[in-house]
Amino acid sequence: MKDVRQTGAALAVRLWRRHIGFFRSLSGGSRRLTAEIGGILAGPGQRRDGGERPQGAAACHIGIENRVLHIEATGDWSIVHLDPVDRELRAVTSGEIEADSAVIDFSGISRFDTASATVLERTAFFLGERGLKVDLKGVNDAQQLLLDKIDSCGIPEPVRVPGPPLYVEILGKIGETTRAIGNEAQGMLGFIGGVMSAIGRTIRHPGRFRMVPFVHHMEKSGFDALPLVCLLTFLIGAVVAQQGAVQLRTFGAEVFTVNLIAIIFLREVGLLLTAIIVAGRSGSAFTAEIGSMKMREEIDAMRTLGLDPMDMLVVPRVAALMITLPLLTFIADIMGLIGGGIVVQVMLGMSPAVYIDRVASAVDFWTIAVGLIKAPFMAAVIALVGCRAGLSVTGSAESVGAMTTSSVVRSIFLVIVLDALFAMFFTAVGI
Amino acid sequence: MAKKGEPIIEVEGIDTRFGDHVIHENLDLTVKRGEVIGIVGGSGTGKSVLLRTILGLKKPDAGRVRVFGIDFTTLPEEERRRNEQRWGVLFQDGALFSALTVAENIQVPYREHLHLSQQLMDELAAIKVAMVGLRDTAGALYPSELSGGMRKRAGLARALALDPEILFLDEPTAGLDPIGAAAFDELINDLKETLGLTVFLVTHDLDSLHATCDRIAVLAEKHVILVGTIDDMLRSSHPWIHEYFHGPRARAALAGK
Repeated sequence: MKDVRQTGAALAVRLWRRHIGFFRSLSGGSRRLTAEIGGILAGPGQRRDGGERPQGAAACHIGIENRVLHIEATGDWSIVHLDPVDRELRAVTSGEIEADSAVIDFSGISRFDTASATVLERTAFFLGERGLKVDLKGVNDAQQLLLDKIDSCGIPEPVRVPGPPLYVEILGKIGETTRAIGNEAQGMLGFIGGVMSAIGRTIRHPGRFRMVPFVHHMEKSGFDALPLVCLLTFLIGAVVAQQGAVQLRTFGAEVFTVNLIAIIFLREVGLLLTAIIVAGRSGSAFTAEIGSMKMREEIDAMRTLGLDPMDMLVVPRVAALMITLPLLTFIADIMGLIGGGIVVQVMLGMSPAVYIDRVASAVDFWTIAVGLIKAPFMAAVIALVGCRAGLSVTGSAESVGAMTTSSVVRSIFLVIVLDALFAMFFTAVGI
Repeated sequence: MAKKGEPIIEVEGIDTRFGDHVIHENLDLTVKRGEVIGIVGGSGTGKSVLLRTILGLKKPDAGRVRVFGIDFTTLPEEERRRNEQRWGVLFQDGALFSALTVAENIQVPYREHLHLSQQLMDELAAIKVAMVGLRDTAGALYPSELSGGMRKRAGLARALALDPEILFLDEPTAGLDPIGAAAFDELINDLKETLGLTVFLVTHDLDSLHATCDRIAVLAEKHVILVGTIDDMLRSSHPWIHEYFHGPRARAALAGK
């Protein structure tokens, strides 16, 4: 038998309400729910509306007699059967009660757990708040233990300030993003400076240059990328030639398909395609490698051993990519021309000798040079963005994934912006 | 509710191999209802593997595991899932779903297996958060915003969501400071008392063993070489057990009792 503590009951109820309202406000407003976890939350069990109540399931008989509210709980009150009785009791405590006291009878309960203890303890509290004197009847020792535990848990601090209005949130978001862009630009500038000074040191003391990683990265980002780059540029060359031939034929100018392929590939497409492939392949690899080293504190370990991560990790990668990207671009140009040449031979019946002759007359030194001059700059951008993203990884595994994604997106974006700037520059100088 | 003291986990003649590497050979272990059993053993003796085998996450190469008197491998999918709700597991780092808040993590089993109103789920999540000794503000936080100790408590809250009969704990005090570890031991004892739990505790922590365990099972030489109370362990003449329970750290832990 237990009397609900009248003193302080009102306070406890208020805390209960805040406590509950706090959690309720969360469940609606979670914006970070990803699709797959959303799937967990809306799982198959969610909408299992129970029709008939099974035999022996939780039940409560509610009645008022001589201004005394009787709540008699019977059956299996484990969490599985709890929902219907929870709704009934909630309706009682929130509705009109024409009673001065209440008796909650536990003696018919066959199974009892923390969830049922929570529901009954809450009911007792709410009745107490309504000015009723509440008696708990027929509580056994194990149930009492649980009720006391729940009682001791229900003293949360008041929390949860409501979020700011929508327009403030939107403005805040814009401001935050602007600031983040500013910080990032500043950080990147600092990083470029750091790499520059590391390169300068390496030039003054060539012994500091790490030959083995340099060669290793040339192999990984250059040689290993060959099959992919060759295949893709070959296919794009063929596609461009085919489309060009079809369009130019309507003007009777299909011979100029050769000029189209040669100029577009040597000046722009060969390099752009290669740079984008390398950004996706090697830029992301740089971020993931350096990022996982950062995560496992290997970078910190390097510093404590007197090694400079710039020398060890960044300079070899930047240097390797600046050498391999022009080479890859040159091979990509050739493969594009071969792809176009095969299409031209099939569609226009032009022999390889004539094709080569026409390509030679369509391009001059600067056509090729314009493409290749841009390559080391793009390589530097890809490598710098990749390495910097790797070094910005914080402790968690998620951050490695996030930084890898952002490194690829940024380097492809910058590659295309850079290409546009170069186009303006070359137009201005008249090449 | 079944009686205290009857076997709740029965492991019979388990063999586990990874390639040529034999982890367990003819391993037997019985856990009784209502006790806290601690599993100790050197690194690489397969304590965590044993835990995973009992949970059905790893299939043994030979032998049989029965929990609640049921062999889970022969059970149809539906029934197996229902019985799996009768245990709760705390993995080493909590294994909370990183895209969900603590409260939502606790509510995952409710949503998946039961039909409850959102209001009731919120109340129950709040109670579980308080029950494992977290501040109520912790319910709104994401796992990445919690410290290691808090993540373990939150993982425990999720393991307790459905009022399990057995609680499996994989090194719950590893990586906690001594104060946090002692508080966690106390929490286990408290929950065991109030909820009538059976606890299967894999640990390295001598203080934890002293503070919480009714019995201890020692894993060595590919099987369980001894099961018994702390006093049995102290009396044992087996060299590894002797060194474990009479080493300088063990003496310090005992002295503190």
